Amino acid sequence: MSKDIRIRKGLNINLVGAAEQTISKAVTSNVYALNLDDFHGITPKMLIKQGEDIKAGEPLFYNKNNEEMHFVSPVSGELVEIVRGARRRILTLKILADKEQDYVINKVPDLDTANGETIKSYLLQCGGWPFIKQRPYDVIADPSVTPKAIFISAYGTAPLAANPDFILKDKEQEIQAAILGLGKLTPGKIHVTVGKSNRSPFNDIEGVELHKISGPHPAGLVGTQINKIDPINKGETVWTISPQDLVMLGELLLTGKFNAERIVALAGSVIKEPKYYKTKIGAEISTFLYASGVKQDRFRLINGDVLTGTKTSTEGYLGFYNNTVTAIPEGDDYEFFGWNKPIFNKISSTRALTFSWLQPKKKYDLDTNTNGEHRAFVVTGKYEEVFPLDIYPLQLLKACMIKDLDEMEQLGLYEVAPEDFSLTEFICISKQPHQQIIREGLDLLQKELG
Amino acid sequence: MKEKLHQLKLKYQGKKMAPAFNALHTFLYMPNETTHSGGHVRAADDLKRTMNTVILSLVPCLLFGMFNAGYQHYSAINGFPESFSLMEHFLTWDNFLVGITTILPLVIVSYGVGLAIEFLFAVIKGHEVEEGYLVTGMLVPLIIPVDTPLWMLTIAVAFGVVIGKEVFGGTGMNILNPALTIRAFLFFAYPTWMSGDKVWVHEAVERAGTADAISGETVLGSLAQGADYSYSLSDMFYGFIPGSVGETSTLLILLGGLFLIFTKIASWRIMVSAVIGSLAMGLIFNGVVEAGWLPEYSKFYTLMSFPYWQHLLVGGLAFGIVFMATDPVTGSQTNKGKWYYGFFIGFLSVMIRVFNPGYPEGVFLAILLMNVFAPTIDHYVVKGNVKKRLKRLKSATIYPKASDEVDSLKTETA
Repeated sequence: MSKDIRIRKGLNINLVGAAEQTISKAVTSNVYALNLDDFHGITPKMLIKQGEDIKAGEPLFYNKNNEEMHFVSPVSGELVEIVRGARRRILTLKILADKEQDYVINKVPDLDTANGETIKSYLLQCGGWPFIKQRPYDVIADPSVTPKAIFISAYGTAPLAANPDFILKDKEQEIQAAILGLGKLTPGKIHVTVGKSNRSPFNDIEGVELHKISGPHPAGLVGTQINKIDPINKGETVWTISPQDLVMLGELLLTGKFNAERIVALAGSVIKEPKYYKTKIGAEISTFLYASGVKQDRFRLINGDVLTGTKTSTEGYLGFYNNTVTAIPEGDDYEFFGWNKPIFNKISSTRALTFSWLQPKKKYDLDTNTNGEHRAFVVTGKYEEVFPLDIYPLQLLKACMIKDLDEMEQLGLYEVAPEDFSLTEFICISKQPHQQIIREGLDLLQKELG
Repeated sequence: MKEKLHQLKLKYQGKKMAPAFNALHTFLYMPNETTHSGGHVRAADDLKRTMNTVILSLVPCLLFGMFNAGYQHYSAINGFPESFSLMEHFLTWDNFLVGITTILPLVIVSYGVGLAIEFLFAVIKGHEVEEGYLVTGMLVPLIIPVDTPLWMLTIAVAFGVVIGKEVFGGTGMNILNPALTIRAFLFFAYPTWMSGDKVWVHEAVERAGTADAISGETVLGSLAQGADYSYSLSDMFYGFIPGSVGETSTLLILLGGLFLIFTKIASWRIMVSAVIGSLAMGLIFNGVVEAGWLPEYSKFYTLMSFPYWQHLLVGGLAFGIVFMATDPVTGSQTNKGKWYYGFFIGFLSVMIRVFNPGYPEGVFLAILLMNVFAPTIDHYVVKGNVKKRLKRLKSATIYPKASDEVDSLKTETA
């Protein structure tokens, strides 16, 4: 059964440099790294010491608050460096990979007979759990809470992001296994949303409630879909998983092997030949970046898409959850009378001498310039045009800024993740850091009430 | 130049004068700032561009106001031309000369005083100079009588910017529209300069009591005295009537409003609902007159029997609706709230206009009043959303924390 959702509010950000749909194999990386910032709110407790050897799929560390939750190594090799920051907080774990990869093969539970508890402890033990995220708070799921539903978005609308239909090709078996396993973790439904006109690998998967969605970004964001399908109430929990992580879970459940391989879109106007690469979680980005070539020296390299990704460098590593790496020009230059000239080469949500409305299909080459300075909130009614959730975005942001817990709750902070505010942040005339405001609000709410 | 300014910026960084320098620097050059949190790209619009768009939409009104100042001045002396011709009688150098010598000083004082205070506060408080005053500074000369003494304007602007805006924390934080606060200050502090038949025409005050005395009454002023006015409908629509500098030409205001709606800068909801509100009130008054409930000797009779839709053509109603009511900071912030907010502005404007015995205009009072109520409107609109969420909460499915029960639950629901 499928239901159609039509998103009207939103904005597609068309950028040049979309990845061509061909997959190349990236050069094998020497060093792999896990960036601990990817696991928001997790305090790691190391299980092995620096200099020790580790197998692929063997636990590196566990969650201080939940000893069962293991985080495993993507490759076999030697833990060569633990990069620490202020107050000895662990920032990055670097593993020098072996030439011959050695995998831990876990004993697989029988998917047909196993109960939810078995599946859960298996995923926790074998490093599959961190792929499951929860709302409220947009953090790794708390295993002690039963979700009312699980949401998976298999529709990509974010600018230059990897196309789910493409990277999931021929993975039906793994997806089916993962759905079967996850189905035992919730008494509710597993909602999968696919593009209306797309041929999705999810079309023939059993055990899911299939929804078809159409419309501009953020139609592809799971937060939008949750809000339209079954919004989160206070006290409720839902889980979200990105489809490419579903494949990894599936393989883990089928073969017992933590296979960190993943297909990554390398995109952006700076890239000479934007296309897909097969690589592994934590791989050095340079192993495939230079295979495609870059057009200029000064650019911003982003782990993820341009709206929600994190800044990295050419020495950086592929993030734990990312299937997109984007490179766009840095915009640290002045523009003479940039504030009143007619603008033809940038995207705008107004028509104030900006002309992107004339060609909605045109692809733009945006840089990282903020196009203006940070200001107090002035303009109203703009966010609502690109924010399809049944939430008052401006009011929620303000509630987060003044740390009013009651209002944050009442206005629906439980339902959102920072990424849901990526588009309002993009069009924000006052250049406010929406995602950061929401993240801090979520953290505060979790600390006080979670 | 670009390099030099960049070096200067670095030199001023962290110093007290940095905001002042940056304000000038960013006026010349869009800053080199890049994204460092959240999304890595941003849309092209910033506050400067937004404010600039509003200013652009006001320029026609300002230019028209300059010509009209001269036109009203010479017409008061020589009488209105028998057969009016736009090029011969209106768009003339003489008219423009009167306009530019009387109105340009108003603009300069308004911007000069206002921006000086803005810069001062920015330097003291160490924040960037915000762009809000760029629009306020343009609005102020357009909503006052042409001969307003400059010292009066100086005091009013200082009052309006400090009390109306800076004490609340600057652009984006104020409760009352700063331009209207300035207008209200002038109105209550110097009422004789804001109404009567002498203030709308250049030099009328100076010539009062002499042999060359001239005067000009606004349409509303005439109506309030129960007198007839000598302007045709097209005069009122095109704006060849006495009034505050920029408020007379409904045509140009309409064009400015359409431009603001087209550029998506101002809220069409507020404009449309305000027009509806004023028409509604006008219709009620017309209805009362038609029903014969009002004796003809009543002092409200002429104003109440004024055709309802013509209220939009005279006085500051159109100007207020398009340029003042749509101020996003002091207006309603929710789309639903904007409908109520706009409607009541239109409704109350016409009501105050008719019932205000001393001064037959009510737009600025109505807008200021609704400014105060805008947060209340928003509160109830947002509360509707909160209620919806609470209602949903009743059917929430929350599972007990002990995860063992999952399977038993599953069998139950199955």
